[in-house]
Amino acid sequence: MATALAGAAPARDDFIAASVHAAALRRLARDPAAMLGGAIVAIVAVCAIFAPLLARVDPNAQDLTATLIPPMWIAGGSHAHVLGTDNLGRDLLARIIWGSRVSVIVGLSVVAIGATIGVTAGLLAGYRRGWVDAVIARITDVQLAFPLVLLAVAIVAVVGPGLWTVIAAIGLTSWVQYVRVVRAETMSLREREFVAAAEAAGATTARVIGRHLLPNVASAAIVLGTFEIARAIVLESSLSFLGLGVPPTTPSWGGMLADGRQYLDTAWWTALFPGLAIMIAVMGVNLLGDGLRDALDPGMRA
Amino acid sequence: MGGYLARRALGALWALIGVAIVVFLILHLTGDPTSVMMPPEATKAELDAFRHEQGFDRPLVVQFGTFALAAAHGDLGLSLRHQEPAMRLALERLPATVLLAGSAFLIVLLIGVPAGVLSALRPRTWIDYTARFVALIGQSAPTYWIGLMLILLFAVRLGWVPASGIGDWRNLVLPAATLGFFSTAKLMRLTRASMLEILAADYLRTARAKGLTAIRVSLGHGLRNAWLPIVTQLGVELGTLLSGAIITETVFAWPGVGRLAVQAVFERDFPVVEAVVLLAATMFVLLNLAVDLLYAVLDPRIRYA
Repeated sequence: MATALAGAAPARDDFIAASVHAAALRRLARDPAAMLGGAIVAIVAVCAIFAPLLARVDPNAQDLTATLIPPMWIAGGSHAHVLGTDNLGRDLLARIIWGSRVSVIVGLSVVAIGATIGVTAGLLAGYRRGWVDAVIARITDVQLAFPLVLLAVAIVAVVGPGLWTVIAAIGLTSWVQYVRVVRAETMSLREREFVAAAEAAGATTARVIGRHLLPNVASAAIVLGTFEIARAIVLESSLSFLGLGVPPTTPSWGGMLADGRQYLDTAWWTALFPGLAIMIAVMGVNLLGDGLRDALDPGMRA
Repeated sequence: MGGYLARRALGALWALIGVAIVVFLILHLTGDPTSVMMPPEATKAELDAFRHEQGFDRPLVVQFGTFALAAAHGDLGLSLRHQEPAMRLALERLPATVLLAGSAFLIVLLIGVPAGVLSALRPRTWIDYTARFVALIGQSAPTYWIGLMLILLFAVRLGWVPASGIGDWRNLVLPAATLGFFSTAKLMRLTRASMLEILAADYLRTARAKGLTAIRVSLGHGLRNAWLPIVTQLGVELGTLLSGAIITETVFAWPGVGRLAVQAVFERDFPVVEAVVLLAATMFVLLNLAVDLLYAVLDPRIRYA
């Protein structure tokens, strides 16, 4: 009897979940801002995946006879360098295309780390309550007290710069938002009948959390994860701008801005285009996140 | 109210202890703080002498005990570079950061909130679309790049204000606008959402039906009730501005706490880094505590919770 109940409930959950998600996708497809965001995200992803095919020249190829060439539509510009070159004669467009790789890798890895820790902690705190909740709440309070940029800077300073240090430093600071959202959701979900039914049928804590609670907090976590991708991209570029991010030989948007900053008064394009790339990419992610939030949770629409 | 106050104060105290633990642990992340703090060309004798002088050869628990006791007195040791107390160096830079963060906060308050109210009162008009577009840019563009673009336009091209440094109000305009942009965008969006929700409420319809003027309805009844989440967020943003000035200060060569931290990182001057992190976290915790108490004063329902 108990096994029959526990076996029947998920099948119905899946059925309802599928139709809910289909409805959410339809709402998303009718939202022009979200579609624009999705298109921008798709373009950035294509750049990151196909960088070797899209960039016409090697992003690290220096040409000291062609330094600080302006974009091609300005006097002195050249068709060989559509967006111009930097102080070492490197092609800005090629570096922006390749730079998308760092942003995409950092954005996705940070979300993977932050969401895994944060969603697990939030589910446990909200479902088990008691001392588990108290301990997680205390750790959350400490994390929230830290200025994130400063914490990331301090970690990178001690461990040493590099792509994976940056990912770890940002990832380990990004779990806290998920805990807050997921815990609150879980606390209201655990009072619902389907959770009581699963418990009555003898489901273990792991099963209740994994099979019944996780699918129901997933939309909230996905929406939050989208905004966290945006935050991670900006934070990585800030660290690279300070010289604490990826090594200078790896093209990254923040690193390009650190170079371009030196030539603000003579070669504005070196500081303009990498920043535009970050802004447009982050804007795309944010628009998609806004759309996802409205689509997955119509009640929240403001 | 007394119980609530005590609970919140205790929570803040715990957060500060936790912060001290993390600050201590960060330096021990690689296992050997000596190699992190000393230049790579140091000899073994120099390393050993330094290790002994700093107490890194003692058990970790003893080290933390010493650190925590000293940190509670605001003593984080001498700056390795300046041979001055690290916390004093950080505190000396605090007024410049407070001035910058305070100015940025004024921008958030005087532009972000009114723009959000206007946007909510005139939805789907050019005011609404303009405000939302600017807010979208503010939330998407990295702070330091906004700073660079403002320097390019107003300092390099137009020559209206100096590009960096500290002096009179003209030095303050660009850094404050840069630092405040992100928070202004956030507050604008929050105020708009909060106002829209309240404007749809039944008692607002009643207020309109009573024949109150549009301004009294929207500000007297609307903003007054939408105010609570806005005040909370304003408090959080002030903390973020104070501790988040690190990038802005670097771009504008503003002699505040954040710039000190970045310099200290590059000079491997870790007592100073620790002092700045601890100082920023302390300010943040105390500000949040103040906001919680303010919230309790503003919203009578909290006192009974």
